[in-house]
Amino acid sequence: MSGRDHDSAVDITEAVTRRSYGKLVAILAARTGDVAGAEDALSDAFTSALVDWPRSGLPQNPEAWLLSAARRKQIDTGRHSKVSTAATDHLQLMADELQSMANDRQPISDERLALMFACAHPAIEPGIRAPLILQTILGFNAQTIGSAFLVAPATMGARLSRAKNKIRAAGIPLRVPDRADLPERLADVLGAIYGAYAYGWSDPAGIDGSVRNLAEEAIWLGRLITKVLPREPEALGLLALMLYSQSRLNARRDRQGEFIPLAEQKVTEWNKTMIVEAEGLLLSASTLGAFGRYQLEAAIQSAHIAGRRGGATDWPAIERFYDALCAITDSPVTSINRAIAIAETRGASEGLAAMPVPLAGDRLNEYQPYWAARAELLIRLCDFDAAKEAYGRAIGLEADPSVRRFLQTKKANLERRADSHSRRSFSLRAFDRIE
Amino acid sequence: MQYMLLVYWTEAEHAAASDGQKAESFAAYTAYAEVLRQSGALVTSAGLQPSSTATVVRAPDSRPALWDGPYVESKEQLGGYFVIDVPDLDAAIAWAVRCPGAQRYAVEVRPLMVY
Repeated sequence: MSGRDHDSAVDITEAVTRRSYGKLVAILAARTGDVAGAEDALSDAFTSALVDWPRSGLPQNPEAWLLSAARRKQIDTGRHSKVSTAATDHLQLMADELQSMANDRQPISDERLALMFACAHPAIEPGIRAPLILQTILGFNAQTIGSAFLVAPATMGARLSRAKNKIRAAGIPLRVPDRADLPERLADVLGAIYGAYAYGWSDPAGIDGSVRNLAEEAIWLGRLITKVLPREPEALGLLALMLYSQSRLNARRDRQGEFIPLAEQKVTEWNKTMIVEAEGLLLSASTLGAFGRYQLEAAIQSAHIAGRRGGATDWPAIERFYDALCAITDSPVTSINRAIAIAETRGASEGLAAMPVPLAGDRLNEYQPYWAARAELLIRLCDFDAAKEAYGRAIGLEADPSVRRFLQTKKANLERRADSHSRRSFSLRAFDRIE
Repeated sequence: MQYMLLVYWTEAEHAAASDGQKAESFAAYTAYAEVLRQSGALVTSAGLQPSSTATVVRAPDSRPALWDGPYVESKEQLGGYFVIDVPDLDAAIAWAVRCPGAQRYAVEVRPLMVY
């Protein structure tokens, strides 16, 4: 095999492993309840695949290959750890299953939803539920999750292993809960999916390979949930929200990869099929009689999209949606967006007054969109110096070079405008004097 | 899986209760234990005498050092336990919710070690 073939085999192996990670962990952990053990076994199977596949070629059913390799590893581990007879029987059962799978190659079942609900179990510390889902279902490492949730990687790693250990040792069941327990646990599952989507969305250029398909994976998980739970309004709302965002995926960058804000995107480049699907989902959700944050956020997206596709944007409706959202979430990000809506309905000075005021040491001080939004409102109030300063902070905080360039252009335009404005006011003053 | 339901209660409150209240509480626990037994989940159970009867034993160098009182002094003390055998944590929690102690105080659900 040539070097290039070898490289592409390695690429394929990595692609399959990334795609199949959560699915395989969920199956491997389904019987044992041992998530960490499943991850270890799978990691060994991946290592074997990296050696075997480039040499022998890609197996016909790569997932089944990985699964059987991981199962063998689980059985070995079980033998070495002197487990009870019950556990030995159990391992025998797994071995039988393995055998039947190799023979008739039935499609692999999907246990991801069950695993997600185990991660969101009320007996698991609330703050670790979403990170746990991201790790077990999507294969994020503690480093990545730590940076997304602003927790030191070592701390995050320790909390994740404690949670996995609790699932196993305390006998938390891997299954979709009963109707009665569903709402509370669904909220955490949806939150984790949305977290994954937002993280994937934040890398539009697809620079980071590990993050690349995350938005799509999140939509996939969202679809899975609505398939199993078709009458949960917030699950429908979340899928609608993700589809609205995803419909604009290609429109938010130009050919050179430069950032294009919503107001300047080409409507023809939006994915119409996704928008139609999202509208349908939102409509179904609205008939189920429980309004929540995802439906509200989707409704806001819907109003923005409708505004761009023809007619005027219904800003009073958007302001009402944000009022309702603020009542639910109490998030400064929501307050910023509400202030922007108020600027449209009642004028820039009321909008600016509605902006949250960060205290010293507040994380809001390091939130780029806050400063960019402030700058916009300040421009409308002709406070150009303050606007320039706000843009300066936004630019300093932005990590995405394309968005940074967009902000820099805005600031440069502002400087030109401020120059001409001051010349104009100078000439006006001069005129006054002559008068 | 086997779980221990550790029932905590406020001893002072129980001591101050009227005979009628004590009888009612006893009847509630008896009924609960009986239902557990009928369901086949009950492995064993016991109520504990007040923590004032407890002795903590330490034996560094195999020489006993005794302490009069419970291991941790606090208002709420372990008052009794049930060991149950159920399929998973959800089933154990469902039983813990029905325990009279959970309605009034707190029940800790702990899986037993498997050897």
